[in-house]
Amino acid sequence: MSVLINKDTRVITQGFTGKQGSFHSEQSIAYGTQFVGGVTPGKGGQTHLDLPVFNSVRESMDATNASATMIYVPPRFAYASIVEAIEAEMPVIACITEGIPVQDMLKVKAILKDSNSTLIGPNCPGVITPDECKLGIMPGNIHQSGSVGVVSRSGTLTYEAVHQTTQAGLGQSTCIGIGGDPIQGMNFIDCLALFEADEQTKSIIMVGEIGGSAEEEAAEFIQSNISKPVVSYIAGLSAPKGKRMGHAGAVISGGSGKAIDKIKALQAVGVAIAPTPATMGSTLSDILK
Amino acid sequence: MHIHEYQAKGLFRQYNIQTPSAVLINSTNEATQACSELGGNTWVVKAQVHAGGRGKGGGVILCRSIKEVESACHKLLSTHLITPQTDAKGLPVNQLLIEGGQNIERELYLGLLVDRQTQKITVLASTEGGMDIEKVAHETPKKIIKFGVDPLGALSVHDCENIATKLNLKDTLAEQFVTTLMGLYEIFVTKDVSLIEINPLITTTENTLLALDGKIDFDDNALYRHEEIASMRDMSQEDEKENEASQYQLNYISLDGTIGCMVNGAGLAMATMDLIEHHGGSPANFLDVGGGTTAERVAKAFELIQTEANVKGILVNIFGGIVRCDLIAEGILQAIEKVGLNLPIVVRLEGTNAAQGLKLLDESTADIHTEADLTQAAIKIVSLAQGMTK
Repeated sequence: MSVLINKDTRVITQGFTGKQGSFHSEQSIAYGTQFVGGVTPGKGGQTHLDLPVFNSVRESMDATNASATMIYVPPRFAYASIVEAIEAEMPVIACITEGIPVQDMLKVKAILKDSNSTLIGPNCPGVITPDECKLGIMPGNIHQSGSVGVVSRSGTLTYEAVHQTTQAGLGQSTCIGIGGDPIQGMNFIDCLALFEADEQTKSIIMVGEIGGSAEEEAAEFIQSNISKPVVSYIAGLSAPKGKRMGHAGAVISGGSGKAIDKIKALQAVGVAIAPTPATMGSTLSDILK
Repeated sequence: MHIHEYQAKGLFRQYNIQTPSAVLINSTNEATQACSELGGNTWVVKAQVHAGGRGKGGGVILCRSIKEVESACHKLLSTHLITPQTDAKGLPVNQLLIEGGQNIERELYLGLLVDRQTQKITVLASTEGGMDIEKVAHETPKKIIKFGVDPLGALSVHDCENIATKLNLKDTLAEQFVTTLMGLYEIFVTKDVSLIEINPLITTTENTLLALDGKIDFDDNALYRHEEIASMRDMSQEDEKENEASQYQLNYISLDGTIGCMVNGAGLAMATMDLIEHHGGSPANFLDVGGGTTAERVAKAFELIQTEANVKGILVNIFGGIVRCDLIAEGILQAIEKVGLNLPIVVRLEGTNAAQGLKLLDESTADIHTEADLTQAAIKIVSLAQGMTK
């Protein structure tokens, strides 16, 4: 098995008929995902990419039995779209949108707490289970079904980890991009717990970066809850203090959020640290020998 | 987005938070008039720049005569103020805030921020005002009062009263504190603030509670719904190059090193900087060209990198996902033709159509070193850049 999504996952897109939504829905369909339709308010009843368009998430679920959604609406509408998906009890929600106001996400998280939904993102590439289901914007062709669970705060660094584990012949069980925002849906710990429980996953790559303390919290969790080998790469050893490095969440403030502290915390619990972004795959191969 | 102290205090007053009476001036000529308007016999001249640590940088001057005020204004205006929080160039001082001196009894700290760990808007208060609050939190965490607000609820008067009690504020001061904190919270939630601070919040011998300083940072992602806030932006306090880059949707940050970087994706851009350092070089910039980049943006990126005086070489690192590497290669060649290239350049392409992209570059007449392997690319550019320095 894999985690979160598989060949039976029935996918819709919110923001289906927009430029981004259309393009990535097409890519997802081409990858072989079981894609069942999409939502664009006001365009219900129409057909797009030979699939039905619905006015609401609820309608789409009633009609298609959809079990996962990917969201491509602009930031100013993202809050309403995520909350709509939560209220419709959509099991898996991946929000790709970048640039959602932080206070909108605070409210989303509070609503999410008492719900039956899992949120991935926002500001993320989404989730993929190789050869089965692509719920996001990652390039499908670099993936290969296999044994490594990948979780990352950065899109392109996820692709590096995927590419390197494919090159190493290990492949991936599921890859989860949790996103670069300060307030996000799933965090490292949620993903690590899923990978630990998943039979297909034999090892884990966790890609972190400067800002916040999610990696330190993950280290604590790994110590008592994770038995599988974990490799980590932390981006930002060279980053200056106080500057936001692209991602909204990637800033060293005061003395906290430093890459070196995260690396030390992870090393202390037995996580193997890849010294550079080019050696995530080889570091994992080495410890699996 | 940052705003100036005088702008923050303007917002404070709109929300019934008391501030010292003050006059903003743009030239030394206005100093005498400002002092007589304010009255009294002590004044504080404060440089308006987007950085903390102004006192340590000499940007806050206590004056006991109008003559001293004039000389302070003369000293500060039209200079660059360097503080522990600015870079070596400092920030331009175009405006000064002159305030009447206060009879300070106690200095407190009061702020609100988004706590990533608890995922709540959190009130921070301390009896240790006027100091670096991060230092207080680190050295004496017991002196920090923390209170998280339910994101689906709101801060109540009762919550504020409790915090007032913990700060040992009584009677009229406690009442003024409730008004102050409720005001800060209102500003925080209605204007999409990411950090708001009064440090110090003072009590005076006249039993008033005053915001002696004010700092507000706004969430850039929410500025679209706050035009009045967006209009407060002071471009003179920002990096010119970073602003120019942002017009082309390039995410650019200048650094001190010698190797210019052009990368797609923020995480990979940061990781590329790390990789350069790992192999003995130093990055000259952070640059994320974004996912759906165009030839025009690639050209602009080259232009920006080449104008950095310290750059001795350029590393392009692209992992083609949705973006095809052959299109990136075409963009690079067009950019070189347009901008000219007089520095060694190493291009690493991986992912979608990487082979075609590398072939295009290899076949061109431009002097480009291509690499499919990331480590080799980094080693190569570090050695080429060192060659340029010798």
